[in-house]
Amino acid sequence: MSTGAVHGLKRRDFIRYSSFGLALGSSGISVVATAKTSAPANLLNPYVVIHDDGRIVIAAPNPDVGQGVNTALPMIVAEELDADWKAVEVILAPIDANRFGAQFAGGSLSVRNRWNELRQMGAAAREMILRSAAQQWGVPRVELTTQPSMVLHPPSGRSASFAEFVAAATEQPVPADGEVVLKARSDYRLLGQRIVNAAASDIVRGRPIFGIDVSVPEMLYATYVKCPQIGGVPKTANLAEVKGLAGILDAFIIAGDAGPPSFDLSKSIHVAGGVAIVASNTWAAIKARRTLKVEWDISAASTDDSAAIEAKALKAAERATGEREVKNSGDPEAAFANAKRVLSSVYATDFISHAQLEPQSCVAHTTATAVEVWTSSQTPGYAQATLAKLFELPAEAITVHQVRGGGGFGRRLSNEYVREAAVISKHMGKPVKLQWMREDDMAFDFYRSPAYFGLQAALSESGELTGWRNHVVSVSSDGEEANYGAGYRGYNFPDDVVPNVHISQTMLASKTPTGAWRAPISNVYAFAEQSFLHELAEAAGQEHREFLMAALGEDKWFKPDDLASLNTVRAREVIAAVTRAAGWGRGLPEGRGLGLGFFFSHAGHVAEVAEVSVNADKQVTVHEVWVAADLGQIVNLSGAENQFQGSVVDGVSALADQRISIRSGALAQTNFHQYPLLRLPQSPKINVEFLASDYPPSGAGEPALPPVAPAICNAVYAACGERIRRLPISRAGFQVV
Amino acid sequence: MQVSINGKSHELAGADPDMPLLWALRDLVGLVGTKYGCGVAQCGACTVWLDDVPIRSCQMPLGAIKDRAVTTIEGLAGDTLHSVQEAWIAHDVAQCGYCQAGQIMSAAALLKSNPNPSSEAIEGAMAGNICRCGTYSRIVAAIQTASTRLQGLSFYEVGHDTTESQFDGKVSV
Repeated sequence: MSTGAVHGLKRRDFIRYSSFGLALGSSGISVVATAKTSAPANLLNPYVVIHDDGRIVIAAPNPDVGQGVNTALPMIVAEELDADWKAVEVILAPIDANRFGAQFAGGSLSVRNRWNELRQMGAAAREMILRSAAQQWGVPRVELTTQPSMVLHPPSGRSASFAEFVAAATEQPVPADGEVVLKARSDYRLLGQRIVNAAASDIVRGRPIFGIDVSVPEMLYATYVKCPQIGGVPKTANLAEVKGLAGILDAFIIAGDAGPPSFDLSKSIHVAGGVAIVASNTWAAIKARRTLKVEWDISAASTDDSAAIEAKALKAAERATGEREVKNSGDPEAAFANAKRVLSSVYATDFISHAQLEPQSCVAHTTATAVEVWTSSQTPGYAQATLAKLFELPAEAITVHQVRGGGGFGRRLSNEYVREAAVISKHMGKPVKLQWMREDDMAFDFYRSPAYFGLQAALSESGELTGWRNHVVSVSSDGEEANYGAGYRGYNFPDDVVPNVHISQTMLASKTPTGAWRAPISNVYAFAEQSFLHELAEAAGQEHREFLMAALGEDKWFKPDDLASLNTVRAREVIAAVTRAAGWGRGLPEGRGLGLGFFFSHAGHVAEVAEVSVNADKQVTVHEVWVAADLGQIVNLSGAENQFQGSVVDGVSALADQRISIRSGALAQTNFHQYPLLRLPQSPKINVEFLASDYPPSGAGEPALPPVAPAICNAVYAACGERIRRLPISRAGFQVV
Repeated sequence: MQVSINGKSHELAGADPDMPLLWALRDLVGLVGTKYGCGVAQCGACTVWLDDVPIRSCQMPLGAIKDRAVTTIEGLAGDTLHSVQEAWIAHDVAQCGYCQAGQIMSAAALLKSNPNPSSEAIEGAMAGNICRCGTYSRIVAAIQTASTRLQGLSFYEVGHDTTESQFDGKVSV
């Protein structure tokens, strides 16, 4: 198994893969795999090519930025095709909505959205092979079956490789959906197994498979310097001096659009003003930045100050009701008036950055009539659409090649760096690789919005949760509509379970660009709500786990058959499983504690328990984390488990000491020394258990992230008695060691 | 300027002696397995060996290399993969994979100097390499597996718990 190299594709490979409809790029290369065989190829459908020598090539439709879909999605095809996985080669599909539909990486949706389609594709290809075999052998189709990559005729004992029939199979009509029978789960050979990442072999060899590795003939290297105060544009710069430096081919101002960019992914053609430096290699461009001096026009720039936003937000969140009511169910006024106890708490989270390890880069070749880009975008379709709009070209004139990305987490949903590369290439008349510095990446992110929650709960005489108020305070570019990932989102629990609920929000004006950060909204809601529920349990004099189980209410699937709605039966099962695994309730030494968190997001029911110890200096050691989840059927056990282990690490990393602060519209943090990521010695032991359920599979990239923060903060409370109500926990004086 | 990379001498005529080895490898030599992550020696994605010592190539100017030998991820395997690379596949370590060349170079250097490292030694040697995807527990397991193999034990005696079924122990280059 492997995915192929980015560059070095020879023309003959290219022609071979033209069956996938790949157009030869203007630069003469493409990013598809170099195949390991030169045997003739037979296209059975957009996803499946089988070579005459038996090698099976499966197209991976969606961008892979580390979430494993270049393995999981082809596995689904291979299962129904009954392919021998060892003979399968994965290639990255071209970006083409006509054949591959919506190709994006977001919302943990790749597996969930493509499950039925890909099973059908695999099964249809298998059926075409079997029909050809039936004709060739002169036997009834119903007497044939398959073993991995083999056709069998049990009555005669005859068998032969798929390869024997694939040429004829391409002539078979494509079976309709109803004409093929999908496998029963008990017949799976591949799904649910631990399968190694299809790119593993290339990764360990350092093969050129990432966006930053793309190289095309005559390519130049560029850096792009933007105004530190977000939204400022260049007035003048010492371009002549920069152009005189060694290795520098050009330096020029791109007037660009004044003002901060919006997160309008499908429409935005914003190109920030800046100074492009184009060189014969990356280092020459980087070094020239030291010489560059720019005078900026900051009249339209952000003047945000995160400390001022925070002060306003904290004050606003002291009230349990805000400016705009977004939900009012039951009779919250009466519930609170009649409560035995009312508790109020304010929870706060800061701006954070994505910090995916591969800084943004893009290779672009723009001519008068066409644009070709190689990008690790999570939304290559939007890259295509917005480039067409920006350059006023028809969509067919824009070719977008997907390339593996070194981490995404939502950062690669926007395509502003793709547009910057294309604009610089047009100016140069040659292909250009635009390389953002880490400092650019941190300074010009679409950050996670800070969110503040004024929570209030009513408890009855018996300690029952009877009323719930949540006042969400966050940021808005126009001061009214919540930015993406900033506003209210209903999660069924507690909003649809507690009988009397009032939700409201207050949006504070902010010009700092914000967007989607892994498990958007969920990652802050979970912290606030699941921590507050622990507070309530204690106030009610009840054990946390029992209180949470009871608070979930009756057995109910809120919208039956909608995987994206809460099923309280599945919720209680994962809470039971994780507490069982962690030995919930066991005795622990002084200074050590267990904490529980549950959250339902991205169609995944996930509960986590953390075991931590806290010393007198408020140093927190996260010893071990247990995760139990119901994601329905598991496609790739190793991949899903890896995503969950990584989500725990990411959760600890973000809650420890990650925060972005903004002064006068500019970022205070520049690199990892000021924005620490969790390192191996701080990383806990992680135990993951997937509950065996028969529901269709849902995505694994995000839903394990939200419960991490409340599980750890609840454990810290259990260990030392101090309630953490703000993230990162360094702001409450704690340090993860 | 002559630089020895993966056992082969490369003439980098006219190269800026200030250029970090990282960019020389990527842009001048065409070995792009070594990755740019931060440029300030914080993340370890650019880890290579200089005479068998792991260094951050983003901080190593070409002019300071002199006659020391550079080994990159592309030069780690011989006729077969290095045990660390094999173990990385066997444990299905990578998610995005971007940091892994640096992780593997740090791990292989550790095992070269300490074939049977304690957990503390592993933590110490790997603390400079960030994995943003959070594959740390698999990294530790893979290092332990590679350590066992390097000491002459069979891969299958190790009893690791992931992905054995997909790994024949003889991954060829």
